Amino acid sequence: MPMKIGDKPFKERVKDGVQQTFARRAVAAAQDGLRERKLNATERDEALGDWETWRRAGEEIRRHTLENLDYYLEQLSENFAARGGHVFFAETAEEAQQYIQSVIKKKNAKRIVKAKSMVTEEISLNEALEEIGCDVLESDLAEYILQLDDHDRPSHIVVPSLHKTKENIRDIFREKKGYSRSEKPEELAAFAREQLREAFLQADVGITGCNFAVADTGSIVLVTNEGNANMVATLPETFIAVMGMERLVPSWEELDVLVTLLCRSAVGQKITTYVTAITPEANNDGADGPKDFHLVIVDGGRSKALGTEFQPILHCIRCGACVNVCPVYRHIGGHAYGSIYQGPVGAVLSPILGGYEEYGELPYASSLCAACTEACPVRIPLHELLIKHRQRYVAGAGHPPAGEKLAMKAFAVGAASPPLFRLAEKLAPAVTAPLKDGDRIRKGPGPLKPWTDIRDFPAPAKDDFRKWFKAHKKEKEGGE
Amino acid sequence: MKVSLFITCLSEMFYPKVGRDVTEILERLGCDVVFPEGQVCCGQPAFNSGYRKEAAKAAKQMIRAFEEADYIVTPSGSCAAMFKEYPKLFADDEEWKVRAEAVAERTYEFTQFIVDVLGVEDVGAEFHAKAVYHTSCHMTRLLGEKEAPFKLLKNVKGLQLLPLKNAYDCCGFGGTFSVKMTAISEQMVDEKISHIEESGADVLIGADNGCLMNIGGRMSRLGKPIKVMHISEVLNHRH
Repeated sequence: MPMKIGDKPFKERVKDGVQQTFARRAVAAAQDGLRERKLNATERDEALGDWETWRRAGEEIRRHTLENLDYYLEQLSENFAARGGHVFFAETAEEAQQYIQSVIKKKNAKRIVKAKSMVTEEISLNEALEEIGCDVLESDLAEYILQLDDHDRPSHIVVPSLHKTKENIRDIFREKKGYSRSEKPEELAAFAREQLREAFLQADVGITGCNFAVADTGSIVLVTNEGNANMVATLPETFIAVMGMERLVPSWEELDVLVTLLCRSAVGQKITTYVTAITPEANNDGADGPKDFHLVIVDGGRSKALGTEFQPILHCIRCGACVNVCPVYRHIGGHAYGSIYQGPVGAVLSPILGGYEEYGELPYASSLCAACTEACPVRIPLHELLIKHRQRYVAGAGHPPAGEKLAMKAFAVGAASPPLFRLAEKLAPAVTAPLKDGDRIRKGPGPLKPWTDIRDFPAPAKDDFRKWFKAHKKEKEGGE
Repeated sequence: MKVSLFITCLSEMFYPKVGRDVTEILERLGCDVVFPEGQVCCGQPAFNSGYRKEAAKAAKQMIRAFEEADYIVTPSGSCAAMFKEYPKLFADDEEWKVRAEAVAERTYEFTQFIVDVLGVEDVGAEFHAKAVYHTSCHMTRLLGEKEAPFKLLKNVKGLQLLPLKNAYDCCGFGGTFSVKMTAISEQMVDEKISHIEESGADVLIGADNGCLMNIGGRMSRLGKPIKVMHISEVLNHRH
């Protein structure tokens, strides 16, 4: 499966993630920094106005667009085609790969430059292009680092190499590219720039993702800081944009709102250095810029969420704000999710795109603290969607532990019958008495074991609150 | 003012003192506290684990037990938030949805009730300690109550409330998450404890016994000398 990272089972991936103390420190520091920057650019920025109003506007735009997705997709493709561009709808990753391979083969193209794109990660485009003998170069600095490091996988949807420190990067450059300067970010960036500049000029085909497509003009909008996407989209003769089928807006008016939400939520910037719009120009002879435009719109399982309770996850604008506040991501890191989509959005999206067999445990990797829901700039109720996944999982989509099912059934019987519930409460101190060590239980059996593996458990209290309450009321009445 | 106390299953079974403190404080503030005998668990453990039908059974029993109440008060932000969830649980059942809404509307977390309904910010408590307050996730984010505990604690004589680093981060409890994903939960609670220790506090105060059982249980296992108290215990302290 293209979006998959690693082959180990989830519990082992978690263990691996937790043990990487160096990467964890990098993740925690990045989270703290990004969270603070986001707050400064959103809730605390008085010039922006009320952040909640912005979020509601964003939510409304996304809901409207997704509710009318067929209409806007048609409008987008008509407008893109009317200007001479080619549009291809890919139902699967394979279809997308094959189409892009065929475009490249027809041109006898060899040298491909790419800008950062999650959807091309999702469809494993690099591997597919290397298969047909292409030389693919990632031009986003973070992606370039990952590519050099033997195709390491992204650990964050916005900051793909978040798990690497500057010392790691220096070593990768040294080993792979004969780099001899220091770990200073400026020197590292300057070196990468020299390497990349030449490649841009020689490339036959440029491939980018798509932050937003604008339906009423047929434009592809890229939101970046490094400027590499501009090079990718303008220097080679052929331009291919790949987009997830939900990543569009009706018009420039809505784009304005969403770009504002995206930049501020992702990295705490009022606006990124570059916001680039590419609109096909078929009669582009002699002028700068590409002459052949392709737009590949990927379903890849997204339509499975359409019209269901999971539709709101398609509202996601990939800002990563939920990842940046997630306490689980903080401790296990991106790779533990086993998917190119990590954190809360990954835990909701991955089971939809990749199935419960592969990703059924991810919705449980959340304490439901709702920090994600609070952070989301388009108000996706992420923690509620995690619960909805759990509902599907226990209702037959997954394999919940038999003991858990039984316990929940017993819970329901007890909860529907106050006398039974009361009896269980009354029996608890006696039943647990042999386990007690003072006022606590240090070694619990069965379901209590995972708790007492790391924590003490309080022994059930002998005092009976209901008895106390009755006596207290009687005393009060007597006294009055 | 008649107040129906929902003690929560966790407090009833493990921390009955919370029920006594809440009762005494509310009575001192002039409330007539009643205890509906039919109360069970709010159903959250089942609901959060994906067992919606099982949660609905608990919810129905709770609605039956509390629908006569004028005000429902509970010493847990998380359980109060679960009551607020009931109408969604019965989205397809008009009769129960209406009953659920009636219950949800009248539900308050304990400190929220004192501040917002009774309009009291000083309950006359006195407690000499250096403390941090743990802002539980469900209380702040699902119930949306961020202020009330601080308003009340600010007026406790002798109490020095210290800032807690990354206070907004979850402590790693998360109900069944704590036993299903112990390895992750452990990392979360350990980071929380390290921040509590860095603060220099002797006491950890919270408004949710789930979180306190988690943080307290881990501190007890690690031999940390920090005392754990539910906010009702602090607010009922008189010397």
